Amino acid sequence: MASTTEAPPRKDRAPQRPGDRIFAGISTGSGVLILLALAGVAVFLVTEAWPSLTAPAEDIPGGEGLALYIWPLLFGTLISAVLALVIAVPLAVAIALFITHYAPRSIAKALGYVIDLLAAVPSIIFGLWGINVLAPVTVDPTTWLSEHLGWIPFFAGPASSTGRTMLVAIIVLAVMVLPIITAVVREAFTQTPKLHEEAALAIGSTRWEMIRMAALPFARSSIIGASMLGLGRALGETMAVAMVLSASGGVSFNLISSENPPTIAANIALQFPESSGIAINTLIASGLVLFAITLVVNMIARAVINRRKDFSGAN
Amino acid sequence: MAKRIEVKDLDIYYDKFLAVQGVSMTIQPRSVTALIGPSGCGKSTFLRTLNRMHELVPNARVEGSIVMDDDDLYAPSVDPVNVRRQIGMVFQRANPFPTMSIYDNVAAGLKLNNRRLKKSEMDDLVERSLKSANLWEEVKDRLQKPGSGLSGGQQQRLCIARAVAVQPEVLLMDEPCSALDPISTQAIEDLMLELKANYTIVIVTHNMQQAARVSDTTGFFNLQGVGKPGELVEIDETTKIFSTPSQKATEDYISGRFG
Repeated sequence: MASTTEAPPRKDRAPQRPGDRIFAGISTGSGVLILLALAGVAVFLVTEAWPSLTAPAEDIPGGEGLALYIWPLLFGTLISAVLALVIAVPLAVAIALFITHYAPRSIAKALGYVIDLLAAVPSIIFGLWGINVLAPVTVDPTTWLSEHLGWIPFFAGPASSTGRTMLVAIIVLAVMVLPIITAVVREAFTQTPKLHEEAALAIGSTRWEMIRMAALPFARSSIIGASMLGLGRALGETMAVAMVLSASGGVSFNLISSENPPTIAANIALQFPESSGIAINTLIASGLVLFAITLVVNMIARAVINRRKDFSGAN
Repeated sequence: MAKRIEVKDLDIYYDKFLAVQGVSMTIQPRSVTALIGPSGCGKSTFLRTLNRMHELVPNARVEGSIVMDDDDLYAPSVDPVNVRRQIGMVFQRANPFPTMSIYDNVAAGLKLNNRRLKKSEMDDLVERSLKSANLWEEVKDRLQKPGSGLSGGQQQRLCIARAVAVQPEVLLMDEPCSALDPISTQAIEDLMLELKANYTIVIVTHNMQQAARVSDTTGFFNLQGVGKPGELVEIDETTKIFSTPSQKATEDYISGRFG
């Protein structure tokens, strides 16, 4: 019996509703827009930086070529941002833990509110605070540090008499990135599943052990993500650093002297008004470097977060 | 191992609200005690007072006494952390630590309070705990894989392994099978019958057949009405509760005539 069953004519597509189509269009458009903006920035940076990349070394400000011009800037940027994170991240995690796990409810609420307010303070205010309040205060302690702990490269000295040092810039940056890191980490801690906290307590863990067993691992990727957000802000911070840091020196781990490496962003802000021609191209080239390291930092963060995906609790 | 618990005139409060009133019972060692009753009657609340887990709720407190062998669990000098070390708990939803491997989940309790064990001792304890939870054969080749990759029933047995790893005296189970399929439920029930050789087990369950199958003693909780405190109506040998209960309310409930 040869029966040929004809396949029923297939509709090409499932019916679509206008609402779905509009929403899909809008969200796709937004996604594409972001990529276009990013690509636009990259194209701008590369084309504007190009003349400095091809110019002879003696035309670059400083007269020693592009790499040697940017290297101290890059070093200053990285050391200030990374050390600011070294101060800010543990503090932010501790504050977030206090708010979510230790503080009585009323205090926790007030403290959370204050931290959020801190995030709203413009960076120029932090710059003023750094230069007028923090810098003078650090003069005596840094003098003591250079005398007694001078064998540590960070405190080699001689201590600056104005206090406008890398150390002060780092502290100001740490205070500035603290709120954003705290806010993200606190959010993660409040979402720690009650189930896991109870599981930890039920096998006889103390509160701290419960936090280590349930809360911290759960918040781990958020802590990394928050740190990267903070790092991004610290890398790009311009005004506060430009005001606080007395930048004149080259590459040095010495945090407390009056000769400090500038940072890329602050250097652009300070030099741009008085630059022309190839000097502007050079500044933009340094901006391109900043753009590149921010990208790399974000990619590393992603990689770290993804590495232990199986254990994230998302499955 | 395995201790007797004496509960006397226990009232449980949340702030000023009396949630459970006047519970007195003796929980026998090396036996399974089942607590049954309608939702909201306070049986889970009562279970959580046995290892002081209810204290996680702010302003929760108890009056009356709970004594395990000769130790008053609510004496002022008693640290709730130590109570929970001796009285383990398994929850309604399996809750292995998602960030830990199967091995680390079982070992979690062993690493607490700065206890240091040699790797070989730890391996032994983990293996023994997984064996006593009837899970060893299924996971021995993937101990370093995440615990959250197991099936629901396996996860619940992993939680039981984690609870018995710290060698408690008593094991509390809060509806341990309510999220499991019949086959996994069967596995957990078989496990309970094995575990009662070494532990005192208290189980809260909504499943009356389950109570009848696994328990030696059954307690029936009920509440008089909305907003009234829950109370223990009666507690007796399981066979008696399910054949000739002494209270009308119990009979109504187990025979399904209950509202």
